[in-house]
Amino acid sequence: MMYDDTRKTDVETLITVRDARLHYRVGGALSAMVGGGGTVKAVDGVSFTLKRGESVGLLGESGCGKTSMGRLLVKLEEATAGELLFDGADIGALEGDDLRKFRTRAQLIFQNPFDSFNPRYTIRQSMVEPLTNARIAREEWEDRIIAALELVRLPEPQQYLDRYPHQLSGGQLQRVVMARALILQPDFVVADEPVSMLDVSVRAGVLNVFRDVRDRLGLTAIYISHDLALVRYVCERTIVMYLGRIMEDGPTEAIVRDPLHPYTQALVAAVPVPDPGQSHEPLPIGRGAPDPRNPPSGCVFRDRCPKAFDRCASEVPQVQQVDDRRLACHLFDPT
Amino acid sequence: MSTQDTLLSVTDLQVDYQVGASTVRAVDRATFDVPRGAIVGLVGESGCGKTTMASAITRIISDNATISGGQMVFDGTDLVSLSERQMNRLRWRDIAFIPQSAMNSLDPVYTVEYQLNEVLRGRGGLSRRAARVRSEELFEMVGIEPGRLKDFPHQFSGGMRQRVAIALALALDPKLIIADEPVTALDVIVQRQILDQLRSLQQMLGISVVMVTHDISVVAYTCDHTVVMYAGKVVESGRTADLLRTPVHPYTMGLKNAFPDLKGAEQGLLTPIEGAPPSLMNPPDGCRFASRCPFALEMCRSVDPALMAGQDGHAVACHRAAEAPALRAEAVKYETWQEDA
Repeated sequence: MMYDDTRKTDVETLITVRDARLHYRVGGALSAMVGGGGTVKAVDGVSFTLKRGESVGLLGESGCGKTSMGRLLVKLEEATAGELLFDGADIGALEGDDLRKFRTRAQLIFQNPFDSFNPRYTIRQSMVEPLTNARIAREEWEDRIIAALELVRLPEPQQYLDRYPHQLSGGQLQRVVMARALILQPDFVVADEPVSMLDVSVRAGVLNVFRDVRDRLGLTAIYISHDLALVRYVCERTIVMYLGRIMEDGPTEAIVRDPLHPYTQALVAAVPVPDPGQSHEPLPIGRGAPDPRNPPSGCVFRDRCPKAFDRCASEVPQVQQVDDRRLACHLFDPT
Repeated sequence: MSTQDTLLSVTDLQVDYQVGASTVRAVDRATFDVPRGAIVGLVGESGCGKTTMASAITRIISDNATISGGQMVFDGTDLVSLSERQMNRLRWRDIAFIPQSAMNSLDPVYTVEYQLNEVLRGRGGLSRRAARVRSEELFEMVGIEPGRLKDFPHQFSGGMRQRVAIALALALDPKLIIADEPVTALDVIVQRQILDQLRSLQQMLGISVVMVTHDISVVAYTCDHTVVMYAGKVVESGRTADLLRTPVHPYTMGLKNAFPDLKGAEQGLLTPIEGAPPSLMNPPDGCRFASRCPFALEMCRSVDPALMAGQDGHAVACHRAAEAPALRAEAVKYETWQEDA
């Protein structure tokens, strides 16, 4: 069979996001009356593509829109505007059988393993839920459940089936969360801070399982985190977000070694490392926190940016390709 | 052990919780010193007793908890022997507290100025005018515009509220501040800015800080000394630089391996510590880390190792402390920590 080049790109791309927006109205009628209401642009004009088998970290602080972006990708939220394509199909328009098929192919791994289960359900009952939703034949259930638990390296999985969530440790439970997300053999997973609730000594085990399973199944993955060190461990590519927008997108190692966007530079400098000899230089960023209800004009980062100039207030920087990165910053805009 | 350079000396401290019919010893014969003008990190995982230990120093512990043994000599006085009334006079004036989430320590229905006044006038006996001046001074110290004294807690961001909590703790010029995970709930940039602020104020004022944290990067960045706790026990303590560069206890070695280091070489495989800490309802006879320790010997499972002070105040509770250099070489290998290795 012959392919032309354009056709080939389509085959390689699993997800295309074009100018996605997710705007929330905040506050009810009462706060609107006293002027407290408004619109939060959780995701505001985000575009990127994901290749099949690619792992991308969505990195940023609280309120940057990384979780909202993840929820859009698995259709837990509907985009206010823009286009999200999964294997060529518009996620927003999926219905009926197509939607059911999508729900087996795209999965979300939740942040808090302790909240991810019904405490009155045994592990078996929790694992059965996605199987019934996907109309898997009853005879296959037991085998599928055991296979999924083995996949996440829970030894002797039989022993967990009739236990309740509180009888498992955090690390074991987070592996079950992962197994449940994988039981329908998805090709795409969104993991939202999957280890943030776990103790350091067990985090590494869960991350290793995640990396291993992803590679073995050839999964396409989005890893949402505020922790660049964890993203670096899991993803070869990182997208940095701030107030609903992409600031920088590129190879993780390049971003860690040589961050280009002033926001990424502050973010990288702020990460403490487990070495007592580290620098105590003040951060290259202004004080204060981003206010999602009231972002600055122009570049949303400009009020904290040490390098901001006139143009940053008047014009929104567009994401542009600069060597191995995509950057939204007037400093790198040739025009 | 107490010298002029030591502000607080904790010896063999025990804290028990009554849970139903049984007693859980959350802190078991804990011993460590807090030097004057130093930041001491109390580090360990959930349930290791670090928060209980920190609150025991302020003697604000829950109703079902009791300090059942040991001493805490603070500036020449054993805090354990003080009456509640005597202890209460030390709080805020000599020993102040910064909680994990400032939202929990600030009352949402009062302005922050009102709450500063409660400490400054109520506890410090300052006049209205003096309290006003001091409040403005404190806000300037922690980097908040004094005009915001009239604001309510919800009008501040998380980082700003944590600055307000620091201002409150500093209000009466205490000698010691106990900070329980003061930056855990904050984003990395704000976290760093708060740590820098705390560190510079601590140095400027020459006070001591005990900082509870689960994050050894925060310890490495902020603390002069570090106390590592595991299952209610102090397993290792010493200068942070010594302890992190040449850890002697296998648990400390394991914690270091399990942590991603952003600025280090490209990350190899992170190494988990398999298993979980023992239940404190029914702790094992020997070393509490033995069931997860790749270097455990027969003796470790039966005899509880005592905390022994070595050079430069580096103290360790491990039967194999003398072999530390060889164990460190093994501990950096991934295979060492695999259960079936």
